[in-house]
Amino acid sequence: MTMNMTQAASKTTPPGLSAGLRRLLASNLVATLTTPRGVDSYLEMFNPLWSVNEVRAEVVETIRETADATTIRLRPNSNWLGARAGQYVRISVDLDGVRRTRCYSVSSSALRRDGLVDITVKTVHGGKVSGPLGGAAYPGMIVTISQAEGDYTLPEEWPTRLVLISGGSGITPNMAMLRTLLDERYAGHIDVLHYAPTYNDVIFGSELVDIADKHANVTVRFAVTRATPDGEDFSGHFSAAHLDALTNDLADAEAYVCGPQGLIDAVRAEFAARGLGGKLHVEQFTAQTPAPVADAIGGEVRFARGERVITSDGRSLLDQAESAGLKPDSGCRMGICMACKCTKAKGVTKNIVTGEFSTEANDEIQLCVSVPVGDVTLDI
Amino acid sequence: MTVANESIKHTLSTTNQTVSPTIRRAFPHLTAAQIEEFGQALDAIRTRTIADLGERDAKYIRNLIKFQRRCEIGGRALLFAGILPPAWLAGTALLSVSKILENMEIGHNVMHGQYDFMKDPLLDGKKYDWDTACPGDTWRHSHNYMHHTYTNIVGKDRDVGYGILRMAEEQPWEPKYLGNPAYALALALLFQWGVALHDIETEKVLSGEKSREQALAELKVFWKKARKQLVKDYVVFPALAGPFFLPVLAGNATANVVRNVWAFAVIFCGHFPDGTVMFTEEECRNETRGQWYLRQLLGSANIEGGKLMHIATGNLSHQIEHHLFPDIPGHRYAEIAPEVRALCNKYGLPYNTGTMTKQFSTVVRRIFALALPPRRKAAAQTAMA
Repeated sequence: MTMNMTQAASKTTPPGLSAGLRRLLASNLVATLTTPRGVDSYLEMFNPLWSVNEVRAEVVETIRETADATTIRLRPNSNWLGARAGQYVRISVDLDGVRRTRCYSVSSSALRRDGLVDITVKTVHGGKVSGPLGGAAYPGMIVTISQAEGDYTLPEEWPTRLVLISGGSGITPNMAMLRTLLDERYAGHIDVLHYAPTYNDVIFGSELVDIADKHANVTVRFAVTRATPDGEDFSGHFSAAHLDALTNDLADAEAYVCGPQGLIDAVRAEFAARGLGGKLHVEQFTAQTPAPVADAIGGEVRFARGERVITSDGRSLLDQAESAGLKPDSGCRMGICMACKCTKAKGVTKNIVTGEFSTEANDEIQLCVSVPVGDVTLDI
Repeated sequence: MTVANESIKHTLSTTNQTVSPTIRRAFPHLTAAQIEEFGQALDAIRTRTIADLGERDAKYIRNLIKFQRRCEIGGRALLFAGILPPAWLAGTALLSVSKILENMEIGHNVMHGQYDFMKDPLLDGKKYDWDTACPGDTWRHSHNYMHHTYTNIVGKDRDVGYGILRMAEEQPWEPKYLGNPAYALALALLFQWGVALHDIETEKVLSGEKSREQALAELKVFWKKARKQLVKDYVVFPALAGPFFLPVLAGNATANVVRNVWAFAVIFCGHFPDGTVMFTEEECRNETRGQWYLRQLLGSANIEGGKLMHIATGNLSHQIEHHLFPDIPGHRYAEIAPEVRALCNKYGLPYNTGTMTKQFSTVVRRIFALALPPRRKAAAQTAMA
């Protein structure tokens, strides 16, 4: 079985640079020839998948899972180092000329033979990326992805029981785990508990039912919050009763929960109450929704690297940083030379020249013409 | 990179109602309130244009970069066959175009942050480094900050003369300026080195105004970049050609000189043709935003031409629009120019533009004229003003 898998893997060579070519392109000689732009700038002229450093991927297929969720199947280039089940990638796409980066869990099995990687995108209401990405991704489209990140993964030594709880798009990393375990012929017991408004909203619904039918060691229970449950499924939001109905052997199991804030909080509380907090792994998805608009005065401004926290007095962030004893780069102090540009890790700021708000996390702002709106954390 | 000796922060005033002497002399009917209106109208153009940036602009710069890289790869490849004159000529021409585009339409504009909206790490204005001897960080400081903030302020804007030329009457004459035309020619041929060493301010080190330690630290930064450029163009690429290294070396040198001379001409046409105005440090202290805009307008001059001229000059054919809106992508300047021009008409302000020949010939005339000491009568007038 292992030998077959190795043979199969070697048949599908990922696109991109071969190891030898990559070594040459990463050499000092090539660096000298391509200074100061760097070799990647020239490689992308020939093939957008070619890169010495970056992981690029080609969309090979899109699969509509539910009304608002789409799986995007990617073929990464040879820089891809693989993903452990449960990990996520940062995917960057150019939408309307702007590169936007979002995190998505890999939903495919870590042991896929064809080297393809799935991410499953659920449209976030008001989101800038999920809609266009899910709706407009097409076979042949090239995206940049990070290496896999995250520690929401299976332990090195597999436990005898696993409980996978999820809600909404939180099913994606759990699905990766489930698929991986099945590919590895996992002998222990897996309980899957998934929350969704209706059955139509369950991503991978039919596959899950199929798995439960075919594998005696896998139990799948759906909990619908806005519909009538079938058979042994549950109704309503997470509760202790659901957990009890799911399994009697919770103390022996390693548990995973991924989904919206409400579900995570409830599951965490219940496990803590049972003294099982140490056996619960949590993955939280945070949507990039803008903070409510507040006042420029009175919010907390945190300077992460300078290790200072001040209360905003409404002046420009440059003035306030200097008053706090910091010495950020600056220049014209009127918003044209970009010397004071830095990263706003989180929070909302307003540009006092244009009136525009910066609402996204890790956005770049000019300190001299920005005032905080509510609490803000800056990477200076 | 804020240089240690700049303890005076540039601050705009919101209340200053005085019109500076230079402006009052030139435009006696212009009121302080009108200047603020002018500034607000320009702010509106700026906000509107920046809000409109998107796919179109991203496509433009990406296509331009593709074209420039092709010129570079094609040019360098042809130079390997440079022993054949047509290959050498074509190769050198392509490499010259590549360097001009990369430095002017791409590098200079990207470093201004014009394409930061794209959030592409390779087009990040604060990190971009360009194909010339001057390190990106040095340029960002001397150009984006110093030149654009203190434009045409004699004694503060180092672009007025580059530390070796007399380009404004307001610069006091000294016997060494008799060599003005010669220095200009040398600067033109070696412009990338003039730009790279711009900030070292050698004359300030000699006079003691600037510390040797600081200058040496800056030289180190300069050399780190300059060495890489020299090794690339004059050692490694020629070496790769083996016995045919000479055409490669000659081609690279020629391309560098072509870029130097073209950039020099375009840049000098930006602030020195007849009609451009110089300012004193004192009158610009406590400037308002509107007054800053006005100084940018009066200190800049455009070059007439078509689309090819705009791309070839890195859109510095619209030096006025560039100085009003340095962070708006250059290819947009031609579109907003009519609006800017109309605003100038409304307030009775000049809009300095002319053909390359006309603008450059007045610059050349100035270089020669300012080599000579001012006539006695003119000297007395300047003293009384």
